[in-house]
Amino acid sequence: MLSLKKLLLLCLCLPALAIAEVSEYQLDNGLKLLVKPDDRAPVVVSQVWYKVGSSYEHNGITGISHILEHMMFKGTKNLAPGEFSEIIAANGGSQNAFTGRDYTAYFQTLEKDRLEVSFRLEAERMRNLIIDETELFKERDVVSEERRMRTDDNPQALMREAFNATAFMNSPYHHPVIGWMSDINHYQKADLDDWYQKWYAPNNAVVVVVGDVNPDAVYQLAKKYFGPLKREQTATVKPQVEVEQRGERYLKLKAPAQLPYLMMGWKVPVITTTDIDWEPYALDVLAGILSGTSSSRFSKELVRDQQVAAGVSAYNNNFSRLDDMFIIGGTPAQGKSVDALQKAIQSQLDTLKMTPVSDAELQRVKTQVVASEVYELDSVFYQAMQLGMLETVGLDWQLSEQYVDNIKAVTAEQIQQAVQKYFIDERLTIGELVPVATPDNNPPQAKTSGDPHAR
Amino acid sequence: MPAKIIGFFALLLTAFSSFATPAIDHWQTEQGTRVYFVDAPQLPMVDIRLIFDAGGARDGDLPGTALLTNAMLKEGTADSDTNAIAAAFDDVGAKFGNESERDMAILSLRSLVEENALNQAVDMFVELSSQPAFPKDSFERLKNQLKTSLQAQKQSPEVIAERNFYQALYGDHPYGQMPSGNEESLEKITTANLEAFFKQYYVAQNAVLVIVGDLRQAEAKVLADKITSAIPRGEAAAPLPAVDDLATASEQHIEFPSSQSHLLVGQPGTTRTDPDYFELYVGNHVLGGGGLVSIINDEIREKRGLSYSAYSYFRPMREAGPFQLGLQTRNEQAEEALTVLRQTLRDFVKNGPTEEQLEAAKQNITGGFALRLDSNSKIADYLGVIGFYQLPLDYLDKFKQRVNAVSKAQIQDAFLRRVDPDKMATVIVGGKGDSK
Repeated sequence: MLSLKKLLLLCLCLPALAIAEVSEYQLDNGLKLLVKPDDRAPVVVSQVWYKVGSSYEHNGITGISHILEHMMFKGTKNLAPGEFSEIIAANGGSQNAFTGRDYTAYFQTLEKDRLEVSFRLEAERMRNLIIDETELFKERDVVSEERRMRTDDNPQALMREAFNATAFMNSPYHHPVIGWMSDINHYQKADLDDWYQKWYAPNNAVVVVVGDVNPDAVYQLAKKYFGPLKREQTATVKPQVEVEQRGERYLKLKAPAQLPYLMMGWKVPVITTTDIDWEPYALDVLAGILSGTSSSRFSKELVRDQQVAAGVSAYNNNFSRLDDMFIIGGTPAQGKSVDALQKAIQSQLDTLKMTPVSDAELQRVKTQVVASEVYELDSVFYQAMQLGMLETVGLDWQLSEQYVDNIKAVTAEQIQQAVQKYFIDERLTIGELVPVATPDNNPPQAKTSGDPHAR
Repeated sequence: MPAKIIGFFALLLTAFSSFATPAIDHWQTEQGTRVYFVDAPQLPMVDIRLIFDAGGARDGDLPGTALLTNAMLKEGTADSDTNAIAAAFDDVGAKFGNESERDMAILSLRSLVEENALNQAVDMFVELSSQPAFPKDSFERLKNQLKTSLQAQKQSPEVIAERNFYQALYGDHPYGQMPSGNEESLEKITTANLEAFFKQYYVAQNAVLVIVGDLRQAEAKVLADKITSAIPRGEAAAPLPAVDDLATASEQHIEFPSSQSHLLVGQPGTTRTDPDYFELYVGNHVLGGGGLVSIINDEIREKRGLSYSAYSYFRPMREAGPFQLGLQTRNEQAEEALTVLRQTLRDFVKNGPTEEQLEAAKQNITGGFALRLDSNSKIADYLGVIGFYQLPLDYLDKFKQRVNAVSKAQIQDAFLRRVDPDKMATVIVGGKGDSK
């Protein structure tokens, strides 16, 4: 049904936002500092990003970047275990850390006058960490509990993990960030000492500060605390370029679950690796055409019209250090099979190969990207996150300022070409989560469940 | 730690910056909706939250009614179908959201302040919140989606534990049911139920409106009138029944094929307007609310490596929300972890915090106060709580002062009176355990 209402499709010509500039500094020891003033509230977020994560790891020590992140709270030359957290807490700070495939990051959010506390403590643990064996063995238990909680007892997470390990043969994106359980149970002190020595140094770190601060004052503070730290000869990262895929890959994972789940992933270049500049941006727009809002094709056609999916979404991992995947994942609607969902998704992609997207759709996605750029400024944390992530995956932070322009430049023809080029069987991995019954758990069978995938 | 560093931090602690809380403008519209507005001129955007006392606590015999009513509003109006509603927001980059918990049913909108964008988004917001059509085909689809999400809940030991925990705490009280309902009630709910629910609860007298963004007061008043004048006046929802304390302890073990057991321990706790609120809040911050720094985290994770996450919290609601302690651990350690968790609570209720712990908690809460209000969306969340629970307008101004006023003796007294370790409900969901 067409609404009688005349709806506005906004072509946003917003007056240029008074977005604060980012100031970039480099210390003599190689540490990079990015400062972005935002004086909306008297707070500051301070993040230290290291260029190391699970994609730097090899088999046998997978997850070591992640457990090292845990151990960074466990004591240094001048701080007892737990003292780091106590000092931040006593200063009203909130803090934590996260590990990804391409980075490990530590953050504190504080009232603006307390930035010095963050720098002093982060500088201390950048070079002076002490790995205590007893603490390490306890932390192995904590991490194995974390793994059970996040992955082992979560059927969809288990699926995602196995999916990556199937799709990537030799690329380190094969490994889960948290590590395989058997590796977790066998980390030794020497492994962590070695890993820390290799990667935790000023010349492998980016410090990002966003908040109610003066950039030059932050620079002076950084020189005071991080300046004296010695640089390190960091290890050379091997390229580990994924071998060419020769045909579709299938994966079936059985787990105690109630719901089936389908994942499809196509190997695509990302901004850091692409030969053709516009392609990764065309894929980002494509993800917006397919999912993300209620007007997107998946919501409109697969969830509402055909009612073949209870939910289905598309995601392009664009900010990665290495070639990555465009992922589509979804749960079939009641009474529909994974097979039916897969066919419906495939048919959406076939349509995109044949017919360019409409101007209205394209405009809508671009408008959303422009609006999101404004909305994202509501969070100092997110602003810092964006800068740190770009730097650690090997992009320049300035990309955050060019991103919207690059998205705006994408044409319907480019999207069509990208779909034709990349959404082919030679790049595809398909995974199916099959719920299995256990004595306590009887998943209902989909009525129309047919054969597994047509092979 | 060398004395040098201690001196450095002690110095810092005396120099807390003072921070002005945002100026809250408050008025009542002609229809009787209370409006809470903060002028935030820095970003060209507006956040709107229209909150009704129409959460799952109003479900009655058909759990899921409130949630489905809330979710159906964006599915069709007299003039627009689902696609048209979606396009009205999406085409101008606006974000519409809907959610329904136990107390609140929320409709939210975030839009650029640019006139054409804001007008189109607000017009549709008004249309769907005042004249929804509850189309039958969408209803059947949403019911199916809800069935799917009930199945998703059943594959999560954490959610199964939560469902049974609320049942154990609240029994027949309206808080005892999950807002997502259950399979039986979903079969019974009809669009007529939703229309009746909407008519009774989605009314101006039962609503609070929050506006935060790049608008002046006069503009906010026009906007507030536009939104609320479309809604019938109606009546505020009747008070919910008070929650009874638990008469006895209980313990449930629910078998589930997971490698970890999820443990929840607790009792009905506090309301938002509870006279003991600050004593319990600050005390719990020491016990298990302080994130990486708390007694529970220390006993369970730091000392014994039993769990990745171990915590306690009071969740203040209209009537007494839960006081909840929780953790997850591999099955064969569940008994040990439960023993430690219970003993930790027992010791805390008996002894209260040390002066040092109390001081550290106060420093953490008050020193980080500005972080609670550092974005429009956080300010909007607070306005929603202040408006919905009718907290005083100077709640934020007085917050630090009230935290600082809490003494060790008051915390001990409040915990002794309000938390009874001998009458805790315990829910454990997990397997027998051979997973090492």
